[in-house]
Amino acid sequence: MKSIEACLQERILIIDGAMGTMIQQYKLGESEYRGERFRDWPCDLKGNNDLLSITKPSVIREIHMQYLEAGADIIETNTFNAQRVSLADYRMQELAYELNVTAATCAREAVGTFTTSHPGGSPKFVAGAIGPMNKTLSLSPDVNNPGFRSVSFDEVADAYYEQVRGLVDGGVDLLLIETIFDTLNAKAAIYAIKKFFRDTSTKPLPVMISGTITDASGRTLSGQTLEAFYTSVMHARPLSIGLNCALGAEQMRPHIEELSHLAGCYVSAYPNAGLPNAMGDYDEKPEQTAHFLEDWAKAGFVNIVGGCCGTTPEHIRHIAEHVKDIVPRALPVEETELA
Amino acid sequence: MRLSGLEPLVIRPETNFVNIGERTNVTGSKKFARLIRDNRYEEALSVARQQVESGAQVLDVNMDDALLDGEKAMQTFLNLLQAEPDIAKIPIMIDSSKFSIIESGLKCVQGKCIVNSISMKEGVEKFVEQAIICKSYGAAVIVMAFDERGQADTLDKRVSICSTAYQILTDEVGFDPQDIIFDPNIFAIATGIEEHNNYAVDFIEAARIIKQKMPLVKISGGVSNISFSFRGNEAVREAMHSVFLFYAIRAGMDMGIVNAGQLVVYDEIEPELRSLCEDVILNRRTDATDRLLAFAETVKAKDKTAARDEAWRNAPVEERLKHALVNGITEYIDDDTEEARLKYPKPLDVIEGPLMAGMNVVGDLFGSGKMFLPQVVKSARVMKKSVAILTPYIEEEKKNNPKSSPGGAARILMATVKGDVHDIGKNIVGVVLGCNGYDIIDLGVMVPADKILETARRENVDIIGLSGLITPSLDEMVHVAREMKRQKFEVPLLIGGATTSRMHTAVRISPEYDHGVVHVLDASRSVTVAGSLLNREQRPGFLHAISDEYAKLKADFSNKKSTKQYLSLANAQRNKAPVAWEKFEPVQPKFTGNKSFNDYPLSEIAAYIDWQPFFIAWEMHGKFPQILQDQKIGVEAKKLYGDAQVLLKQIISERWLTANGVIGFWGAASDGKDTVILKSGSHECRLEFLRQQVKKAANQPNMSLADFIRPELTGQPPAKPDHIGAFAVTMQGIESHIERFQRNHDDYNKIILQALADRLAEAFAELLHERVRKEFWGYAKDEQLSNEELIREAYSGIRPAPGYPACPDHTEKRKLFKLLDAEKNTGIVLTESLAMYPASSVCGWYFANPESKYFGVGKIEKDQVEDYSRRKNMPVEEIERWLRPILEYDA
Repeated sequence: MKSIEACLQERILIIDGAMGTMIQQYKLGESEYRGERFRDWPCDLKGNNDLLSITKPSVIREIHMQYLEAGADIIETNTFNAQRVSLADYRMQELAYELNVTAATCAREAVGTFTTSHPGGSPKFVAGAIGPMNKTLSLSPDVNNPGFRSVSFDEVADAYYEQVRGLVDGGVDLLLIETIFDTLNAKAAIYAIKKFFRDTSTKPLPVMISGTITDASGRTLSGQTLEAFYTSVMHARPLSIGLNCALGAEQMRPHIEELSHLAGCYVSAYPNAGLPNAMGDYDEKPEQTAHFLEDWAKAGFVNIVGGCCGTTPEHIRHIAEHVKDIVPRALPVEETELA
Repeated sequence: MRLSGLEPLVIRPETNFVNIGERTNVTGSKKFARLIRDNRYEEALSVARQQVESGAQVLDVNMDDALLDGEKAMQTFLNLLQAEPDIAKIPIMIDSSKFSIIESGLKCVQGKCIVNSISMKEGVEKFVEQAIICKSYGAAVIVMAFDERGQADTLDKRVSICSTAYQILTDEVGFDPQDIIFDPNIFAIATGIEEHNNYAVDFIEAARIIKQKMPLVKISGGVSNISFSFRGNEAVREAMHSVFLFYAIRAGMDMGIVNAGQLVVYDEIEPELRSLCEDVILNRRTDATDRLLAFAETVKAKDKTAARDEAWRNAPVEERLKHALVNGITEYIDDDTEEARLKYPKPLDVIEGPLMAGMNVVGDLFGSGKMFLPQVVKSARVMKKSVAILTPYIEEEKKNNPKSSPGGAARILMATVKGDVHDIGKNIVGVVLGCNGYDIIDLGVMVPADKILETARRENVDIIGLSGLITPSLDEMVHVAREMKRQKFEVPLLIGGATTSRMHTAVRISPEYDHGVVHVLDASRSVTVAGSLLNREQRPGFLHAISDEYAKLKADFSNKKSTKQYLSLANAQRNKAPVAWEKFEPVQPKFTGNKSFNDYPLSEIAAYIDWQPFFIAWEMHGKFPQILQDQKIGVEAKKLYGDAQVLLKQIISERWLTANGVIGFWGAASDGKDTVILKSGSHECRLEFLRQQVKKAANQPNMSLADFIRPELTGQPPAKPDHIGAFAVTMQGIESHIERFQRNHDDYNKIILQALADRLAEAFAELLHERVRKEFWGYAKDEQLSNEELIREAYSGIRPAPGYPACPDHTEKRKLFKLLDAEKNTGIVLTESLAMYPASSVCGWYFANPESKYFGVGKIEKDQVEDYSRRKNMPVEEIERWLRPILEYDA
């Protein structure tokens, strides 16, 4: 199979759209989340989307298939919250490893089914999704005690290490640290990834990094400017750096433009389907999102595009259609003094 | 090298020395150590804040104290620090001799840190292990020149240990060389032990060799070690640091742990002390240490004699006021003024007596070339402060005794004309005239003619002075002169400002007004001109001489015209600048469209300042930096430079100004004549240029900027288009600071600030142009130029500005602004004369072609004006109005 680096030299790759908002459409109830295995679990499980990889794998595979059919080259595993720190909300710390293996397997199976039915098609990649976690290392949850932290670097790094082990054992092709709103959490993830591949003496998988700019000031939630964020994570030597979530394409444009000028690696972008309306729903039309992303592609800002919250297979289909013939952003020659 | 806190810090080869704040170090600061030990972290944070405010670009944090739980103290302090955005914005240097403390710090910081330090002191294995950990956190490292045999103390050991460490880090650990900083050990010199004498030389040489062998690494060191044997003698220590850094930085030292606030400027060190320090640092003579020690004794003694300089305080109050005025000392002026007020019968007598007497001395010294403009402006500051104290009493007296009319000082009205925003020169002239006893009414900038004349009439002024910097202001001055004639004024009119000339005044303005129009070259001439005009006896003779002179100039001007030959536009176009287009491969910019820069770091911009024009603004002519050593004006130039540096630091650290800029690139082709057609998105924009028409010598082209853009080829469009670029930059936010200085009667700092803002805007343009060449357009990626070479424009490509000689039409600026959306992106506003507000703004086009060069269009003929009018779809008369200064014919 052609490597992802080789594919990126040829064209703009498509990453899939939202998982959470797609799951909502199935209107699953508490009992479906629980399945047989967790029928007697001591707390409510509805909303624990990552658990569905075990209890409703058919739904997860179906969503993966829809994105593959729509033209996604990269699909993300259903593991946004699947590490022990976040899973503690459902008292499921001990399931962290299993959830990651199972989710990776689900995605692998979907890719297998798709490639069998589309022989000779372009290669498809599974990215192990590593989300930001529900606790943060740079901010204090207690306004009266700014030095307090609800979690330690070592706890975060250990949780990510376990998640990475699960994803790699489940067979992912890439690792994707995404929706980063606290760079220190991402640095703990990078630390864990480096340590995992050092410990196992295996060839490191390519890493994609995607931060989140939360407002118009162009900073992350933890206060860094885009360039400071970029500088702080480049030691991961990532395959790509990019932005996702929080903003619609319209609001994300200046930041992606800045990043595309900064970045020595490939650039990814998967915005939300606009900003949420009063009801919390996203109503940007697939062709609207696609139009924005086409503009970025034409301007030479991006190598990987897709969607985040509120985007659907229809969005991905339009995006893929609109960027398919556009030349991808060329890797810049970096000043050696800075690289 | 890239580092980050909440904001990035990019260290480029051309970046100045990076200051690392040293006070948040329990081993170096007793105060900080006490605060940490007492758990007073809030106050400890204020030490950090003070470091940032005084210009630290990286913050060194050290918690190595036997009485502390170092790991915990490091974590607590760094966690708290993350909640303070004004401190956390700069990168952190985690400093400890215990690696466990370093690692505990690395776990708290989201930005890219520097680890200070690791070494091979405990063997290679440990070194590799620690380096891997640092790399996992993405930190840069300082590597001490230290191995199992000890700290490197010779040149050879320094270089060989660093080379070994480099090889291990890059080959074995996979460290980026850009993330490695070597500290080749700064040890104390002048200790009396002979083996120590060459330590500084060895460090400097080691820095040079390491940089040659491993060009991507950085060099750092703890500077204060060098002067350890002079503890307690700060004057000598500071001089040693500054001399040491002078040589070490030139050899390649990039950063150091220093107390930036306490560094003296190398040039400011007393020459004898400097030379003694150089002897010691460079190990130039065997008795260097003894000689410096002997001198150090006298420095201590001198501290006591400093009081003697205050002897002038014992003189009578008149003498004290004079001394304060001549020497520009404001310290005692409040008390002395009050004393004089009580001594004299009326407050006005103080002004007309001792203050005027003092200012007369200043005026005489200035007139005879013994004082220079910056000193005069300082004197004026003293004068204004004193007058400000007296004014309420004068007002009070006027109320009680309405008959006592104000003194008979002559009044001079000054204004920058409508459409123009530049007023540094006008402010200086105002100050100088004020020093000479004139009452100045300054109407500021962008003043319409009717306001000038209405004020002149109401205030019954004796002279009107007009100023302007851009060419459209010349027309406005003609307009004011005409209006003065129509409204039957009889007071003389003074003309000044960068765009004005004796010739233009003679040919265009003088004929419009009959009661005297005089061009004033600079502030120092303004005093004699005003004096001659206001002296009843001298005035007729003076004006007569001027009008004779101008008549002769005008006649010369008319005669001269016929001597030059001009080509028809068509012939001039045929003789265009030759460019070998068939061999031309246009480099494609990294993007098309615009990129804006908001609040660009001033510290980066400051490194690009060209100081020569700064001194010219102060009427100090000469090359920089030689001017600082000039026999005649060197001493004053140095003082001015020192004051400017202080203010510049403050501007940067307190962010007085906001540097905004925007650049853009667009695909472009010329029409083979004088038009450049560029594509911005879906629509086209036509840029119109002008061509030299004067007949040239054989093989000399008649140039137009359009010659430097590839013509549209007929038939198949070329695969890679040529491009044109544009930029606009500005310094926003000066107004409140100007106002504050004005309120404090501090013209001196006000004018420095204005001149610095201009320099910063130009420097920003220089910086962006360099980034454009190397990065955004990228046609000169490998360019390596010093600031001097940048100032000499030794680079490829040009950035001509609309309204200046190569493209003298200001109205093209409107297109430039539209393309860049410059008003929105930078906040610059165009006036009706197309001057840019704020005044400290620069814009222009980028041409990348290696053949492109600056030139002056010179005079143009009617046929080109008509052609230009058709191209721009503007009436001939309007074109003629904008281009009047370059018309070859009378319009």
